[in-house]
Amino acid sequence: MNHLFEFLLRQGDNVLVLGHRTSEWCGVAPALEEDIALANTALDLIGQTQLWLGYAAEVEGAGRSANDLAYQRDVYDFRNLLMLEVPNDDFGRTLMRQFLFDAFQVPWLTALLQSDDQQVADIAAKSLKEALYHLDRSSETVIMLGDGTEHSNARMQAALNYLFPYAGEMFADDATDIAMDDSGVAPLPSAMRAAWTQTVEKVLGEACLTLPDTAFAHSGGRTGFRHTEHLGHMLATMQTLQRSYPGATW
Amino acid sequence: MYAQMVKSTGKGLIARDEMTAEDRTFQDRIDAGEKIEPKDYMPDGYRRNLIRQIGQHAHSEIVGQLPEGNWITRAPTLERKANLLAKVQDEAGHGLYLYCAAETLGVSRDELFKMLHSGEMKYSSIFNYPTLTWADMGAVGWLVDGAAIMNQVPLQRTSYGPYARAMVRICKEESFHQRQGFHIMMAMVNGTADQKRMAQDALNRFWYPALMMFGPSDKDSVHSAQSMAWKIKMNTNDELRQKFVGETVPQAQYLGLTIPDENLKWNDDTGHYDFTEPDWDEFFHVISGSGPCNTDRLNARRKAWDDGAWVREAMMAHAEKKAQRRVAAE
Repeated sequence: MNHLFEFLLRQGDNVLVLGHRTSEWCGVAPALEEDIALANTALDLIGQTQLWLGYAAEVEGAGRSANDLAYQRDVYDFRNLLMLEVPNDDFGRTLMRQFLFDAFQVPWLTALLQSDDQQVADIAAKSLKEALYHLDRSSETVIMLGDGTEHSNARMQAALNYLFPYAGEMFADDATDIAMDDSGVAPLPSAMRAAWTQTVEKVLGEACLTLPDTAFAHSGGRTGFRHTEHLGHMLATMQTLQRSYPGATW
Repeated sequence: MYAQMVKSTGKGLIARDEMTAEDRTFQDRIDAGEKIEPKDYMPDGYRRNLIRQIGQHAHSEIVGQLPEGNWITRAPTLERKANLLAKVQDEAGHGLYLYCAAETLGVSRDELFKMLHSGEMKYSSIFNYPTLTWADMGAVGWLVDGAAIMNQVPLQRTSYGPYARAMVRICKEESFHQRQGFHIMMAMVNGTADQKRMAQDALNRFWYPALMMFGPSDKDSVHSAQSMAWKIKMNTNDELRQKFVGETVPQAQYLGLTIPDENLKWNDDTGHYDFTEPDWDEFFHVISGSGPCNTDRLNARRKAWDDGAWVREAMMAHAEKKAQRRVAAE
């Protein structure tokens, strides 16, 4: 297995899948300002996808492009976290997911600035600027909605309860992570847990929300072993033109 | 054009000797090319007319997000997805400037939304047509944004300051959108046989609806004269339509596409193209609620508004709590 390729797919697929889900909000957000902010977030994530998958394609050296990787792979070849592929549901779940992910991405991308792989460090530097802003916004929104009305608090708690069992997958080290750590490309994801927990506890506390009392974590996304049923539907939509008209240039 | 059939006073042009002294001074300022600012005196009719026009324009921007939003999740490449996202985001931004411009006339965004949702206010007829293939993203950018620019460039000189200034920024972005649309069409006509077919099909479906964007023929346009005297409207519907045809025909030829009009031909005497008028019965049906997508578009907007109510309420409640905590701490 080419661990660097695998590692880059994980980075790229995370932002691709979350960017796609976020883009589903276009035109139907709760307020015009939120519509613009969601589109902006989606744009950042799709931009990051181009960088990660572009580099992945280069490392693979099989003549594929970032677009080939995004549009021509099936479910079992995707390496994103399960948490990022589940449906948006309501605005609350969408922003709670964004927050749980941003709280990981910020320490993660900060650590990747020190990568021995210069391209990884460069992509991390560009992405980090955006992730910091995303974390500011998602934290603020989670606090506003958690500490809003009784109804909004209940909805945010439900969103957290739903997503929390998916969060643990972010920290599950495997052979690829160990290989990246050994070669100085990236630290172990498990090393981010303390920073993540600190941010999450602080923000959820301000949001008057309770962390679910469970250590259970779904897995299978970042290894590609077992995705949720939702990813296939997302890909069916996302890849429709590339699949229906092979060889066409758009 | 994103504002069609905006009712002005409901009557013809107000004659100078029917005006009050204040209204005459106001008209003189307009005739002298001065900008009217929010706190300046303005006749009620002018204010009402502007609210309708700017509101309709704003609504068109946000309803206009829907037919293109329809393809964001299916955009064929990462670049196209990013471009389309950016474009639809710009439209939301245009909506925001325009609602702000309308607010300076004393009507809130929430009130305008209420009127959109109740059907009391309209949006451009063009957004009641469906987007069926990826080529429609090209056709919408090329033709719909193209037609919008035709109308909006002169509106940069409109008499109401906040509207004119909003239009300056909007126009810059719209021309970018039009180029983006044309670029999609280029890729389609240079592509496979299927892609060329999609491109021609998109032009066939969007040509007449695009011509309708300028509003009814001048002879049936009862509201134009007063709006033009107030410099809220800068050109007649037919002038702009003719200009649009003149600019678009060579572009279609360049793309190798056929405009779906057997009567389209250059007229040496007039120095313009002769062309077939759109089906005005269809236009009046669409504008009065019976277009292909009217019900779905409006329901999508209402649903977004209703689904988002808890979020807006929570944000207000949180802001109040925060303010109370601040007071308590002092």
